[in-house]
Amino acid sequence: MSQASQMDFSYFPGCSLATTAAESNLSMMKSARLLGLNLIELEDWNCCGSSSASTMCKNLALAMAARNLSLVPAGRPLVAMCPRCLHYLRSAQICLKNDPDTLKNLEEQFGRPINLDLEIIHFMEVLVRYGLDRLGEKAQRRLKGLKFVPYYGCTLFRPPRLARQRYFQGEMENILAKLGAEAVTTALSYRCCGSFLSATDPEVVTPLVNEIIDSAAAAKANCLVTACAMCQLNLEIRCTAKTRLPIFHFSEILALALGAKDYETWFVRHLVDPRPVLQNLALVA
Amino acid sequence: MARSQLAVSAGIKTGIDMDRQDRFLADEVMARSGANLRACYQCRACASGCPFVAAMDYPPNAVLRLLIYGQRQEVLRCGTIWVCVGCHTCSSQCPMAIDLAAVMDTLRLMAVEEGVAIAKPHILDFHEEVLRSLERYGRAHKLGIMLRYKMATSSWLKDLDVGLKMLSKRKLDLWPSKVKDIKEIDGLFQCYWRKAS
Repeated sequence: MSQASQMDFSYFPGCSLATTAAESNLSMMKSARLLGLNLIELEDWNCCGSSSASTMCKNLALAMAARNLSLVPAGRPLVAMCPRCLHYLRSAQICLKNDPDTLKNLEEQFGRPINLDLEIIHFMEVLVRYGLDRLGEKAQRRLKGLKFVPYYGCTLFRPPRLARQRYFQGEMENILAKLGAEAVTTALSYRCCGSFLSATDPEVVTPLVNEIIDSAAAAKANCLVTACAMCQLNLEIRCTAKTRLPIFHFSEILALALGAKDYETWFVRHLVDPRPVLQNLALVA
Repeated sequence: MARSQLAVSAGIKTGIDMDRQDRFLADEVMARSGANLRACYQCRACASGCPFVAAMDYPPNAVLRLLIYGQRQEVLRCGTIWVCVGCHTCSSQCPMAIDLAAVMDTLRLMAVEEGVAIAKPHILDFHEEVLRSLERYGRAHKLGIMLRYKMATSSWLKDLDVGLKMLSKRKLDLWPSKVKDIKEIDGLFQCYWRKAS
C-alpha cells in the first residue's frame, strides 16, 4: 500500500461534532491537515443511533449504525472521534457478524453491501499509527507546564461488548506527554459525566460533575482534556464548583501543539474561557 | 405475603409478593441481555460504584434480586432502569462479570414494549424527542430536541440560564444538520409501540 493511501480515512463526525462541539471538529480537521492525514467525511452519514435509539428500539439502533457502515467506501478505515459513535458503530458491526439474516435484510434495504471487515477506529488510534515520535517532531509549540487530567469519560474503553477490541486507556497521556504536557492521573478520569441526565435531571448531574472538577483541582491540574464532546459539554455546563477549570477537547490541545493559529474560533465557543490558563503558560497570545 | 431476608439485605424495601412470581422472568432477561444474572451473589460492587445510585429507587444489585424473584411489575416499573445511562461502571466492577448495563438496556426495552407505567416519564419523553429528531432529519438537532422536550414536560424555566448561555456561545444551532436521503432513514423507523409523532 502506498504512503498516500495509508493517510486516507473515512471520517464519521456524528451529531455532536457536527453542531454543538464544532470546535472539536474544526481543531481535529486542523490537526489532520497539519499532519498530512486525509480525513474524508462520510457522504450523507446519519446519527449513530445514540442512547435514545438503543433505549427505544434495538432494531432501529442497529439499522441506523448499519446504514453508516454501508456508506463507507472500500479501502480505507472509518475514523470516529466521539466515543459513543465509535461504540455504537463497532457494536453494530459485531452484531451483524453474528446475525447473517439481519445483515442480508439491511443490505437489501439499502441496496449496498456492508463490509464486515471494515476497520472502525478512534482518532487517537490514527495518531498512534502515525507514530508518536513522528508526531513529536511535528510539534510547533511545546506544551510545557500544561498539567492536564486525561478525562476519558465512560465509553472509550469500558463497554464489555467491546472487551476484545482495542482499548484506549493511556493513549491520551502518551500522545500529549510526547508534546510536552504533563498528565495528572490521580483525578477522576473515568467517572461518567452524567450523559443525557444532564438534560433531564441536572440536579443529579451537578454534584457528580463538581466532584470530577474538584478532584482535578485537588490534584493540581490546570485543565481537563476530554476525548468525548458530550463529556466536555456536561463538565462545562453543569459545574458549580468554586474552581472552574477549563475543559479542552483533546483535538484542541493537539492542534495547538501542532502550531494551529485559528484557536480563537474554537475557544470563544467554550463556556469556561480556556485562554487565561494558556496565556499564563505563554501558549497563546 | 412473605418478605424475604435476602430481599431486605439486597436493599429491597417493599414487600415481595411470593405468590405472584414470574418464574420465567430471569431466564427471559438473561436470554435477551446475554448477562448471566444468576451469578450475582449480592456483593454490591455495582451499587458502590454506580455514580447515579443516589437517584435510583433500587440499587442495581436489588434489580437483579427482583429479577431472580420474578417480580416483573416491580422491576419494569422501577426508576433505576431509566436513571441508568449505560456508563458501564457496574459492568466493569462486577467480580462475576455480569453486564448489568445490558440488563438495564433490556429492562427499559421490555418496559416500553409492555406498556407499563414508566417511573421516569420525563426521561422517556427525552428519548422520544431525540427519536423524533432522528426520524425527521436523520441527525440529532439539539435545540429542537430541547425545545420540544421542554414543551412536553412543561419545564420552560428550568435550566433556562444554561440554554441561553449555550445559545450565546453558538453551541445550539438554529437549523438542523440533515441527511439528504431522508427516505432511507424513514424506512428504518418501524417500532410498533412508538406513538405516531
